[in-house]
Amino acid sequence: MRAGLLGSGIMNFDFSDDQKLLKEQVRKFLADKCPTKVVRRVLDGNETHADEVWKGLVDLGVPGIGIPEEYGGSGLSPLEVCVVAEEIGRAAAPVPFDTSVVLATEALKLAGSEAQKKKWLTDLASGKAIGTLAIAEGPQPPKPRNIRTTFGGGRLNGKKVPVTDGEAATFAIALANTGGAGDRAVSLVLVDLKQAAVTKKRVETIDPARKHAELTFKDASAELLGGEGEGWRLLERLYDAAAVYFAFAQVGGAEAAMWMARDYALQRQAFGRAIGSYQAIKHKLADCYVKLELARSNAYYGAMMLTEGGADLALAAAAARIAATEAYDFAAKENIQTHGGIGFTWEADTQFHYRRSRLMALSIGGPMAWKDKLVTRLEQKNAA
Amino acid sequence: MDFNDTPEEAAFRKEVRTWLEANATRKSDDKQSFRARNDDPELLKKAKEWQDKKARAGYARITWPKEFGGRGASPILQVIYQQEEANFLVPLGFFDIGLGMCIPTMMAYAKPEQLQRYVKPALHGQEVWCQLFSEPAAGSDVAGIRTRAERDGDDWVINGQKVWTSGAHYCDYGIVITRTDPNVPKHAGLTMFFLDMKTPGVEVRPIKQISGGANFNEVFFTDVRIPDSQRLGKVGEGWKAALTTLMNERLAVGLPSGGLDIDELMELARDTDLEDGPAIRNQQVRGKIAEWYVQQQGLKLTRYRTLTALSKGQTPGPESSIIKIVAAPKMQDMGAFAMELMGHAGIMKEDVPHAAGFQAQWIGGAGFRIAGGTDEILRNIVAERVLGLPADIRVDKDIPFNQLGKKG
Repeated sequence: MRAGLLGSGIMNFDFSDDQKLLKEQVRKFLADKCPTKVVRRVLDGNETHADEVWKGLVDLGVPGIGIPEEYGGSGLSPLEVCVVAEEIGRAAAPVPFDTSVVLATEALKLAGSEAQKKKWLTDLASGKAIGTLAIAEGPQPPKPRNIRTTFGGGRLNGKKVPVTDGEAATFAIALANTGGAGDRAVSLVLVDLKQAAVTKKRVETIDPARKHAELTFKDASAELLGGEGEGWRLLERLYDAAAVYFAFAQVGGAEAAMWMARDYALQRQAFGRAIGSYQAIKHKLADCYVKLELARSNAYYGAMMLTEGGADLALAAAAARIAATEAYDFAAKENIQTHGGIGFTWEADTQFHYRRSRLMALSIGGPMAWKDKLVTRLEQKNAA
Repeated sequence: MDFNDTPEEAAFRKEVRTWLEANATRKSDDKQSFRARNDDPELLKKAKEWQDKKARAGYARITWPKEFGGRGASPILQVIYQQEEANFLVPLGFFDIGLGMCIPTMMAYAKPEQLQRYVKPALHGQEVWCQLFSEPAAGSDVAGIRTRAERDGDDWVINGQKVWTSGAHYCDYGIVITRTDPNVPKHAGLTMFFLDMKTPGVEVRPIKQISGGANFNEVFFTDVRIPDSQRLGKVGEGWKAALTTLMNERLAVGLPSGGLDIDELMELARDTDLEDGPAIRNQQVRGKIAEWYVQQQGLKLTRYRTLTALSKGQTPGPESSIIKIVAAPKMQDMGAFAMELMGHAGIMKEDVPHAAGFQAQWIGGAGFRIAGGTDEILRNIVAERVLGLPADIRVDKDIPFNQLGKKG
């Protein structure tokens, strides 16, 4: 562990004024353009995402924040992406941020060839492309040994479900079997979704504010992203980076759910007084705050390690992921509980965070898997 | 983001380190410390010597004004000093309450000649102070105290009982909150004094805790006579003075140290053979380790956020209010879990790993969840001060103290 963590340094463990300014700017934009009625519109409707909000974010330069300048981005650090992620999470914004700005962008930065970066990162930065990740193949946690989608001779065959933003995305990065042994059985494959060999079918999920699809590939033209047989190793590294960004989005969502519950607890009267004056409610909301701050602190450290490329990243990312998932799950469910019956109605806004918290908890591996990873990494660190 | 000192901080750290190397012994490992038995007279003597050394070098109270022996420096330098001192084998803990709470209250209310008399001996460890607040019938609701102080000419006569007074058995002076007017609602009838613990009528009886230790005391007051000049603040304004004391509670930014934590739990899990192999390979065990690791890291990093604010000269946010809410149950629960890993022998206080440290933490955790603000009071504080939820309804707030509990 770094010298600082042993107590020999004081530190600057906070975001800079410029980063806070960016955060405020995105927050204001989303408060204005993406109030809960926009989340509801997507949830209730057919559109794949809130396109006007996404276009506004593109105009603000959000997709290109972490993309190097040579590919048309603004070349800022992971810290800037983190502050934006927190605001996207706070608004429960129905836009392809986690998929396109986080997963697809990071995958390309991590494993893309120069030509791939030049084409796809440039298109991502300009908003011309929306990317996503296609890993799952039904109700099983994906593992190298159970991926049935195959890639060979430039052709991708198989079925991926669920794929977040599968309909809106113009390309996907899929995990496919390429014939190797053990963990080397799988590779990452970049596939253009605008081809006849790809069929998209919407699937119903617990969070209809983010549309999901089943993607079927029949001899779809595709190319390797990173080396053959490197898919699992790359995916693990991709998930470490994603875990930090997701943690910020989860922290934003948890904070929003906590304040929603608090506002209602102040306003709702029962037995002659505001329900927020009862300790059963006060202590529950205090616990939301405790979990939120534990998550925020772990997320900050994850962001710091991501920015520095520190050796502690794998451990810090797992801790950030676990703490943020716990905080968001708890705040989202106790927000409904604090609201009582009204919180269970379709009309209430409580559902947005309840749905999103579970989606975010599962989409890059659930808490059980991350806890196991964390201890493995702790063992490796202690052995080192 | 970085974990680096500013140039000023780095210079101070270097100076402190040099001084400590010349005056104390570096610990051989992180966990080494003087046994925390503050009922050991030898340890008190050593602690007093160390405190005097620190005071002479100007490190005893870095944030205090120069006139009182401090440096008038920012809290961050105090933190740096504590971080460095934690790497050395020195006896600590005897003076925290006196210098952190009692003397600051004196500074706010005592007369200049009294400060002249008392501050320096306290700073140099020659005189130890305690805080006489809690009572058998007034714990979380400390304004409900019953110890009476009655005016008699130029004197006050105190009768009653205090409890949970840390260190009273070796303290020389104390600040005491008393009820001087039972005919008004509870917060309005209080007055604060300071007194010599050897004043006739003061009797200290150590309390044996379930841990077997005796760090706290009952203190009985029987016709204890003290002059009005030892009053702190106005008659009837003792609550205001008490809040001054409580607000001066030690800046909670030192890193937690000494206890058994994740490393020791993992070691135990590696050495424990369960039905399906070593405990460290068991998913339930791994889940627990991960959860506590996230808490441990979260607390440490939350302190770093507080330190960052201090380092920038800002007022820290409310995030440090979560620390004891998390740390106390974690101590208790991890202790219990580690004991379970040992099987039936987990009940043993000898011949078990880490000198029965997990057993001690399981016992001690039960007290830690209560001391210095219970889990429940701390949640109230977060709910009210951070989240802005309403204070609890206080049915006693407008009723004269001596009418409380009587049927209306």
